Amino acid sequence: MTAARRTPSTDADVPIQRSDARFLRWGKRTLGLNAVLALFFLYAPILVLVIFSFNDSKLAARWEGFTLRWYGSLLQNESILHATRNSLVVALISTALATVFGTMTALAMERFRFRGRRVYDGLLYLPIINPEIVTGVSLLAFFSLTLSALNQAFNLSGDSALRTGLVTVTLTHIAFNIAFVAVVVRTTLKNFRRSLEEAAQDLGANEWVTFRRVTLPLIAPGILAGALLAFTLSLDNFVITFFVTGPGGATLPIEVFGLIRRAISPEINAVSTIMLTISVALIVGSQVIMRRRGVMSDE
Amino acid sequence: MEKRRKLVLSALLLPGALWIVLLYVAPSILIVIYSFLTRQMGGGVIWAFSLDAYQKLFSYNPDSRFINDFVVIFLRTFWWGLLTTFICLAVGYPLAFFITRQKAGTRAVLLFLIIIPFWTNFLVRTYAWKFILNNNGLINVILSSLGFRRIPMINTPFAVIIGLVYGALPFMVLPLYAALDNFNYRYVEAAQDLGASYLTVFRKVFWPLTLPGVVTGSLLVFILTIGQFVVPVILGGGKVSMIGNLLAQQFGMAFDWPFGSAIAVVFILLMMIGIVYYIRVEARKEASS
Repeated sequence: MTAARRTPSTDADVPIQRSDARFLRWGKRTLGLNAVLALFFLYAPILVLVIFSFNDSKLAARWEGFTLRWYGSLLQNESILHATRNSLVVALISTALATVFGTMTALAMERFRFRGRRVYDGLLYLPIINPEIVTGVSLLAFFSLTLSALNQAFNLSGDSALRTGLVTVTLTHIAFNIAFVAVVVRTTLKNFRRSLEEAAQDLGANEWVTFRRVTLPLIAPGILAGALLAFTLSLDNFVITFFVTGPGGATLPIEVFGLIRRAISPEINAVSTIMLTISVALIVGSQVIMRRRGVMSDE
Repeated sequence: MEKRRKLVLSALLLPGALWIVLLYVAPSILIVIYSFLTRQMGGGVIWAFSLDAYQKLFSYNPDSRFINDFVVIFLRTFWWGLLTTFICLAVGYPLAFFITRQKAGTRAVLLFLIIIPFWTNFLVRTYAWKFILNNNGLINVILSSLGFRRIPMINTPFAVIIGLVYGALPFMVLPLYAALDNFNYRYVEAAQDLGASYLTVFRKVFWPLTLPGVVTGSLLVFILTIGQFVVPVILGGGKVSMIGNLLAQQFGMAFDWPFGSAIAVVFILLMMIGIVYYIRVEARKEASS
């Protein structure tokens, strides 16, 4: 089977026509060229960005020599530091809550049958398929309506009035992260054998013990994968955050967007390089964890 | 026992449902309601029924290239969505095929390279293109130091389409890879044994059997692209708008929330109609082949 997959038969009894042989050679070359060009297209911009973050010139795109000063000036940039702190707070809180709630949702969807399950199943995909821009403006309308209603009800005004900011950003990130965690954990729940749970219950374990001792350890890699996804989605989210944030609630992408809009500069290259490095570190880390987990569960 | 089970189920569902219903279902309904209300200057709405928003969206303007400028933006967005999908398919299909034909180690590395963009910030990757295409960006600096004239590239449809393809390509490659990886090459052997040429094998065997991957990839790319907001701002400089920008503008500087809501409603409806139609057509094609 695998042998057949690796080598499509060219040595069959049917003699290869010459035009076919030419087609094959030509096709292979084109395929290789296409792959090289596509990967170049995907990675050249990123490489250029990283290289020029070390460029000793204010004129961003002309190479003048190596420097680390743009990274140094980032450390002195109050608004970038503040936004980074905001991003981390939002990502940590939203990941923690969404991982718990998303896993609970996944368990309810995969282990129970109830009325309205199919409708709710559809609603759970809303955060995944709804265009971010539509989600963003809908939430802007929603928060402005509810916050002004709350302010009126509790007679809040001036400095004490509720307004959009870090809290509304966190609430929103929890919402979309629940949906993504639920999808990942549901896949894990679908893929493991129910017989293991049944065996535990046959041996006298009640539902809670079965869940804690059998189900939870088995789906732990899925939960971890979901949490990592949630953390990255929260750190990277720009479009939805843009519409639900307010004064003092800028996350790093919001801050960076403000800079990018104005001009190109070596400082943006530096902050971009840091963001890229963190993302790549997160994926590599997740791959390593997954692989180690995989080995452990095989034993 | 049954009662306890129900209690457990409710407890499991409650937090998730609370968040989804409050922050996704309710705002969606609110937007539909807002689209039928009256505009309030300076943002927000006046709670009085009005069809102004929809009238504005479909009114005829003789100065515009087609019906009115809003319709032009809608058409441009959907056209660019199709164009991006087509380019991604033309590049992505052979790329996915190439990856499946590599040795296990090479394949893992290539796949990893396709996945990385999913996890990296899109804003930053789009900025990378601005850095390259800008008037004082990399290409123009190189051109002028070689003694050529600078070419204006930023803030043109060309720059925006590059950004759109750049953002969408990985979303095309992954589903295609999944479909091609599951492909059973015995079908190819069978067809070749029967004397089919490579082109015939591709047309009659390969393409139809990998069509589900093509459908998934195309849908992902299309939906992602028509909802774009970042690329036209950064690479189009606000000069070449898509629906996302029009929408953001109504809730921002233009302060016409009912009109913005109407745009969102029509956009979602068109998107759903398009998706259902596309799935139907592809399903029929698959059934007939």
